[in-house]
Amino acid sequence: MPRIESPAELEKSRKDIISKRDPDKPCIAVCTGTGCLALGAANVVTALKEEIKKQGLEPKVDVRETGCPGFCERGPLLVIYPEEICYLQVQPADAEEIVSQTIVAKKVIDRLLYVAPMADKAKKIVHESEIPFYKNQMRNLIGNNIKIDPKSIDDYLAVGGYSALAKALCQESPEQVVELVKNSNLRGRGGAGFPAGLKWEFARKSRDKTKYVIVNADEGDPGAFMDRALLEGNPHAVIEGLTIGAYAIGSHEGYIYVRQEYPLAVENANIAIKQAEEYGFLGKNILGSGFDFTIKVHQGAGAFVCGEETALLSSLEGKPGEPRPRPPYPAVKGLWGKPTNINNVETWANIPLIINNGADFLTSIGTEGSKGTKIFSLVGKVNNTGLVEVPMGITLKDIIYKVGGGIPGGKKFKAVQTGGPSGGCIPEEHLDIKVDFDELAKVGAIMGSGGMIVMDEDTCMVDVARYFLDFLSDESCGKCSPCREGIRQMLKILTNISEGKGREGDIELLEEIAVSTGDASLCALGRTAPNPVLSTIRYFRDEYEAHIKEKRCPAYVCKELISYYIDPDKCKACMICLRKCPAEAIIGGKNQIHVIDQEKCTKCGTCFEVCPDRFGAVTRLSGEPVPSPIPEEARIIAKKSKKDE
Amino acid sequence: MAKKKVSTAATGSSKIDKIIAKYHGDAGSLIQVLLEIQRENRWLPKEALEKVSKQLKVPLNRIQHIVTFYKAFSLVPRGRHEVHVCTGTACHVRGAPRLLDSVQDLIGIRPGETDMDLKFSLETVNCLGCCALGPVMVIDGEYHGKMAPAKSEEVLKNYE
Repeated sequence: MPRIESPAELEKSRKDIISKRDPDKPCIAVCTGTGCLALGAANVVTALKEEIKKQGLEPKVDVRETGCPGFCERGPLLVIYPEEICYLQVQPADAEEIVSQTIVAKKVIDRLLYVAPMADKAKKIVHESEIPFYKNQMRNLIGNNIKIDPKSIDDYLAVGGYSALAKALCQESPEQVVELVKNSNLRGRGGAGFPAGLKWEFARKSRDKTKYVIVNADEGDPGAFMDRALLEGNPHAVIEGLTIGAYAIGSHEGYIYVRQEYPLAVENANIAIKQAEEYGFLGKNILGSGFDFTIKVHQGAGAFVCGEETALLSSLEGKPGEPRPRPPYPAVKGLWGKPTNINNVETWANIPLIINNGADFLTSIGTEGSKGTKIFSLVGKVNNTGLVEVPMGITLKDIIYKVGGGIPGGKKFKAVQTGGPSGGCIPEEHLDIKVDFDELAKVGAIMGSGGMIVMDEDTCMVDVARYFLDFLSDESCGKCSPCREGIRQMLKILTNISEGKGREGDIELLEEIAVSTGDASLCALGRTAPNPVLSTIRYFRDEYEAHIKEKRCPAYVCKELISYYIDPDKCKACMICLRKCPAEAIIGGKNQIHVIDQEKCTKCGTCFEVCPDRFGAVTRLSGEPVPSPIPEEARIIAKKSKKDE
Repeated sequence: MAKKKVSTAATGSSKIDKIIAKYHGDAGSLIQVLLEIQRENRWLPKEALEKVSKQLKVPLNRIQHIVTFYKAFSLVPRGRHEVHVCTGTACHVRGAPRLLDSVQDLIGIRPGETDMDLKFSLETVNCLGCCALGPVMVIDGEYHGKMAPAKSEEVLKNYE
């Protein structure tokens, strides 16, 4: 491919690419994002390719390995074009049927279709866009993932890629681009929601020959993976956005800072950069505009705090990722002391959309203060786990029930946690709030980068707070004492409470430490660390009190406060739990009612899980003593007829 | 913690030299160089750190600061099988702590440790991005989803 030297040549290449593609040629797009790969998507791809070869259809059918379209719950998933037939939970054994039935005979295989779980008459849905999970989303950013192979720049060009770059570089001045982003009211998607246009303006106004732009792909929230899906699935969109940003602020060097835990994102970003260089979208004199720009990928080495922008800069310079005081802000004094603009992956991915469609494109979506869409990773106790992109202003209820399909197993919803370790838990009474930066903050949570964890009645809120504080105490870099010591003390108290050693006054003490930690810490890690504690106390004080006063864990999670007990009236001496108990803590035998030796029990919960539903003999107790076991002679069960056995 | 003889073959000078040369001996690339050695060798022996220190002209104490600050680095040899238990939030609420407990009991080590026979190394990880499978355990890159304490024994016994 010769270098593309002008916008006109770009359009010509695009036409060439599209004209060489037959829109009616069948194409099987298989998601090979991390979730589907974990479920075996690679084997599905191999099986499909072999089957196509076997049936002699090689030149007539394409198999495309794509990024993540979001519906991880039902992976491995694939979409067959041009009909847009969506098959879910596909196994390698299905390959033969898919090729011979759907590709050759044009018949839809019912078994692989989406079946609405709650629909009255198992309604099957053929097309991807009609599945409720997708139908209730607005997929501006993530929608292209299934349509392109992230390793193919031609695929990206075929869906209109790099047209925004041409437009920005060749038709608009850097100031105009900054103005446009300002007018779009795009707010940073990394968590804090700072207006991106303002950030750009500060960096633009900093007078220095050397400036840097950085993609923050150090997605550290332990329950979120949307940045990964974007960078893995559509790396060119991020590169295009970054290049436009560099042009706008006057930078010629950029970095993509990715967690090393995301090897596929690193690989795809590197491939995309190489391709973009070959095509002339990176390098010298991009598209004949006279603008030069290069990008390097830099891997993080496993530190949550590096998602904080000043810590990220330290890490990029080869130092330990410790935050620096702000001001000076990175826009004035950033990487190597030069003006630097850092935005999150999703923020950068929004830029091409704004350039192509104008500021109105974003401002027409969303609420007063928050515009556009936001990708969330909807996980936890929810039917449709996956990535969802929704317009700002949608209610939490709609996300959890309409898109997410509600809570599995008929359990009761308890809370939804947004914003990861910096965020908070929102109870049922606030499910009608509109999701945007400001509304979430009002109820004590934050938008964060987009983690959304649904919790049901089996989730203990004290344990959740303890979990996040445990995470944060591990990840606090230790530079400033309010964060280092404050988090440690809160964790200590929370651990005591969850172990039944809580004392009167602990809740008040927690609140006090939380506020001081938040006020006095140097960076956002410490400043937001109290959120998980304060929000759970605010909405679930009764759970804290039950732990402290009654030594009871209402959700049966805190190990030290629960016991497992076999109801002698229900136990049928089936031996299942006895055999499965890893601690060999169950006494009994054939026809002899089983008893748990409380001394030996490690409370792993295996017996509770394996006890057949029809018996339901294993129960959990909390806050009450375990009844003493019935005498040995009473444990014998008289032999019953074979049918019952 | 197991202290076994350093395999000099893997930390051989040529390999490390090559990695350092790739980054043009640039001290700013320290973390990238260390990451690559870690990936290649699966842990960072003292000899390797000394070499990096010399060639990149970075004091050893700064290297020590970095390799202990970031979680990706290991200063002890790793077992033949790397066991990762996801303790991301989604896996946590789906029962990862109980899974981790049982894995610890079964292989007799805690996260961050390697057993005496160098068979297993155990680590916890924060979200692997396949929350639909939670709780997840990954052994040598192979995913085991929807894990329960009872299932972990069956999975682990397949590794020698």
